[in-house]
Parts: sequence; structure tokens; C-alpha cells
Amino acid sequence: MKLPFLVVDHLTLSKDNAVLIRDVSLSFNPGEIHVLLGINGSGKSSLAYTLMGCDGYVPSSGAILLDGKDIKHASITERARQGITLAWQEPVRFEGLPIGKYVGLGIRENSREKVVAALEAVSLPAKTYGYRSNDQSLSGGERKRVELAAVYAMQPRLAILDEPDSGIDALSIMEIAGLIQKMAEQGSAVLLITHRPELVAVADVAHLMCLGSIVFSGDPKNVNEYYQSRCHSHLDAFGEQPWMPAAQVEKELNGQEI
Amino acid sequence: MTQTNSPRQHAGQAAPGWSEELEAMLDAYRQAGGDPDALKIPEVATLVVSGNQVLASHPIAGVHMEAEPLEHGVRARIVVDAGTQVKHPVHLCFGVVPAEGIQQIESEYQIGDGAKVQFLAHCSFPNAVHVEHRMNAHIHVGKNASLNYTEEHYHGQTGGIEVRPISKIFVDEGGQFTSSMVLTRGRIGVLEVDYVVDAEKDAVVELVTKAFGSGDDHVKVLEHLRLNGENARGLAKSRIAVKEQAVSEVNTMAEGNAVGARGHMDCTEIVRDQAIAMNNPVVKVSNARAQVTHEAAIGTVNRKEMETLMARGLDEDEAVDLIIRAMIR
Repeated sequence: MKLPFLVVDHLTLSKDNAVLIRDVSLSFNPGEIHVLLGINGSGKSSLAYTLMGCDGYVPSSGAILLDGKDIKHASITERARQGITLAWQEPVRFEGLPIGKYVGLGIRENSREKVVAALEAVSLPAKTYGYRSNDQSLSGGERKRVELAAVYAMQPRLAILDEPDSGIDALSIMEIAGLIQKMAEQGSAVLLITHRPELVAVADVAHLMCLGSIVFSGDPKNVNEYYQSRCHSHLDAFGEQPWMPAAQVEKELNGQEI
Repeated sequence: MTQTNSPRQHAGQAAPGWSEELEAMLDAYRQAGGDPDALKIPEVATLVVSGNQVLASHPIAGVHMEAEPLEHGVRARIVVDAGTQVKHPVHLCFGVVPAEGIQQIESEYQIGDGAKVQFLAHCSFPNAVHVEHRMNAHIHVGKNASLNYTEEHYHGQTGGIEVRPISKIFVDEGGQFTSSMVLTRGRIGVLEVDYVVDAEKDAVVELVTKAFGSGDDHVKVLEHLRLNGENARGLAKSRIAVKEQAVSEVNTMAEGNAVGARGHMDCTEIVRDQAIAMNNPVVKVSNARAQVTHEAAIGTVNRKEMETLMARGLDEDEAVDLIIRAMIR
């Protein structure tokens, strides 16, 4: 049996007197694509930041075991150097920093060929974009592509992609889906946060988050159908996030009456 | 053309008596980011001044240079004929090689109507311990002419220098003036930039200052854009990083004095250690159909920018350094 290289073990995060992540457990094998579903504020991005080790996102309990060693107190840099990286939902821009240089930052043996390949993989021709500044002159969609290229170039063990589809035109969604699959084929595990069914479709497993908890994990199609049909209706009906115990979700997914 | 105290026309034709000093200046020029070989290309107009000596002056067709020594510097007049499109940048090289000295440059630039020219000025003071460099420039950009003036400085590693460039610039109707002052390697010492620009109808002006101060360096930027003509446009942009005990003051003023005039002041200053940064933008609009805006961001390096770079494997210091270097690049 293949052992997961990364285990998130009963992770809880409290911040400003609020519980953002509640007893979350996950495990990742190389090449697996996990998708996180949930309405806004359910804790998806908080989980992403906690796994990456961002400032203010130190778990109050639980562990993040990378190859058996707890890295919950490791810095972002240490985690990145061990193969974990994150593409932010709203990538920042860097005035004066050429895109080619930015994309190559995470490549251990930085080579022009790898940078060019990464840019081509997100449909940004290196000749046009390689020396262009990674700044405000880029559209939101271009910046997202640059971010994806930088993550792809790293060939990380775990790529956390926080809504890589936002700001991307509809015609390019399938390109993004293809890139995610390619990353997985190359051995990267992917934790994907998205609301797009086209991207959910490429996942191996989906996790539904609600109020900081993973309330159900399973087949992406089934979990997404539940999410689309139930979670949004709760939001519309009550104007706030519902608390849905895991057992209740499971019953609904299995067609049992609640 | 007046060319006192200079026995040759070109940096590639140094007379033996001057060759040692010229070589020292070319070395200093290299340290300021210039390419000495460019000074030897016949098609490239050049002016090389060390202290109060004109070491080389090489005009080309349509670009005239007059230079004469003063007690502590040089008076220079550069004229670009109307309609001249200068293919290669004009290279200017100013500096003081010894550890002590004063250099006063009195300069006048006349860019004829419809001319287009780029100046690359490298000012190098590699050994400065007690050096003062004053530049007093009058620049006239003719109608529909274009002048791009890029100035890079290298002040050595001791900070023992005071640099005070003062420029009065007039940009005539439809003219374009772009200035870039870059001081990002080595120490700065004291830098006081003082530019006043008058822009006429449809003129476009862009002033950019980039500096990286450390130790007890002091950077003071005074820029005044007077957008006097209809549809004149102006931008004053500052990108300054200070660390240790360095101080940065950016004082910009933009006036919108005519219909359709548009001005903008954009200041970003990154502060590290015990350094201090200030920005004082002043907006003056005297025409109801003009608009002047400003934006400023002063303080520490943006946390999210740092975390993004750290997520690629850079440590915190590497991330900060990259962000600063990119900003002032």
C-alpha cells in the first residue's frame, strides 16, 4: 500500500476568536488531485494558507506531517523548499520583476528552457512575456497564468491552487484543467479550490467544506452536485453559511431521508 | 564649437598626456553602469568631463557640443538641430575620480523643433570621500521634439558625496520630455534633486527617480510640474528604498493650469531598519477642466509579496531584496 507523503491530521485553526478550520484531516499521494468545495467563508483559503504556513495561520492543534515530520511550525520558505507551494487567488504584482525571472524562481536548477516551457504551458509566449514586467500592466487573467506557470515550473510535491480559474476566460478553462492534469501526471499532488465544474471533473476526490470542517469527501461529481444543489440554497435561504454535520451530508448523498 | 582644454575629439583617440585620466574616467564610467566601448563608436556623440577637464568631446551631424572649463567644473552647451533624429543615444560622462573635489556643471540643452534624441548620462564618483557635484541645467525641448534623459550615478561605497542636480525644463507644444534619475548601486551620500518643468500645449512629461539609500544617506527629491498648456500631461514617479539610518524626502507638486491638463504623482518608498521616508505631494489646479491626482505607498515590504516569493523557495531576506531591486530597477 502506497503511503501518503503528506498527512493533515486533525488540524484546527483559530484566529481572532473564530475557528476557521475545525478538525480537518486529509492525506495526499503523489499525482492525486483533490478539490475543495464550499461556499465563500467556509474555510477553503484558510486551509490553503495554513498548509503553506502563511503569517497568522499557525494551527492551534493537530499536525501537518510531511514524510512523517510535523511541519506546522515551519516557515513558508522551508515548506516551499520541501515541495509545497501555493498559487494565490489574487496574485500580487511585482513592479520591475521580469515574468521570466519570476517564473524561474522556484526551479532548483534554473534553466531558460524550463521557464519557456512553463510559460508556453499557460499559453504565454516566452518571447512576448519573458522580459515583460510582472506588474499592473498585466490583466488579471494574465497574472493568474503567470502564477500557474511559476507553480508548474517548480514541479512541487503539493501544488495548492486557490481558484486558478477566477479571471480566466471561459474558453481557457479547459487549458487550465489540462495543466492541472499534466502536473498530476508529472507526480505533483494538487489541492484545488474552485467553483468551476470543468475543473472539479479532473479531480480524483472532492472535499466539501462547511464552517471550517470537511463535512464530506468522495466522488467529485457527487459531492459537486450536492454542493451545487444544497449549499447554495442554504445560502440563499438563510443568508449565511449552514452548519451541516458530516453524517447528515452523507445521508443526503446516499439518498436517505434526513 | 568651443573646446578648451581638450586636445582630442573622441574618447577613442586619447592623447598620451590625457590617457591616464581618461582611462580612470572610463573605469568610473563602467562602475556607473556605462559601456566605455560605446564612447569610442564614431556614430555616437559623446562628452567626457572629469573635474573641470573636458577629456573628450565628440559631436556628430546634427548634434553640436560646446564645452569650456570653469574653476570647479565645466560649462557645456549641447544643441540638437531641428528635425534631427539621433539614432544612437548621446553619451555623457561626468565625474570626479579623486577622493576630494568639487564639480560644477553648468549646462544648456537645446532640442530643436521636431528633433528626437536620447541622452545617457553616467555620473561616477567612485572614490568620493569629500566630493560635491552640482549640476545646473537649462533644458529646452522644442515643438514636437522628444528628449529622453537617463542619468545613472555611482557614488562609491563611503557616502562622502553631495550631489545637487537642479534643472529648469521647458517643453514646448507637442514636445516630450522623459527623465530618469537612477542611483541604486553603492552609497548615495546626499542627493538633492530639484526639477521644475513647464509643459505647454499637448506636451508630455515624465520624471522618474529611483534610489536606494543606506547608512546615513539622505535623498531629497523636489519636483514641480507646471502643466500650463491645453492637454499637457505630466507624471512624477518616485521609487525609493531606504535602510539603516537613511532618510528619504519626496516633495512633489503638480499644477493643472489649462483645459485638459492631466497630472499624476506616484510615490512608493520602502522603509527598512531605522530609516525614515516622507512624501509631501502638493496638488494645485487653477482650471476647472484640469485634473491632478496622487498616490503614495510608504512603509514596509508588502507581506503578501514576500510570502509569494517565499512560496517559491526564497528566504525572507532574499524576498525583500528581490522586491526592492525589482522596484528600483
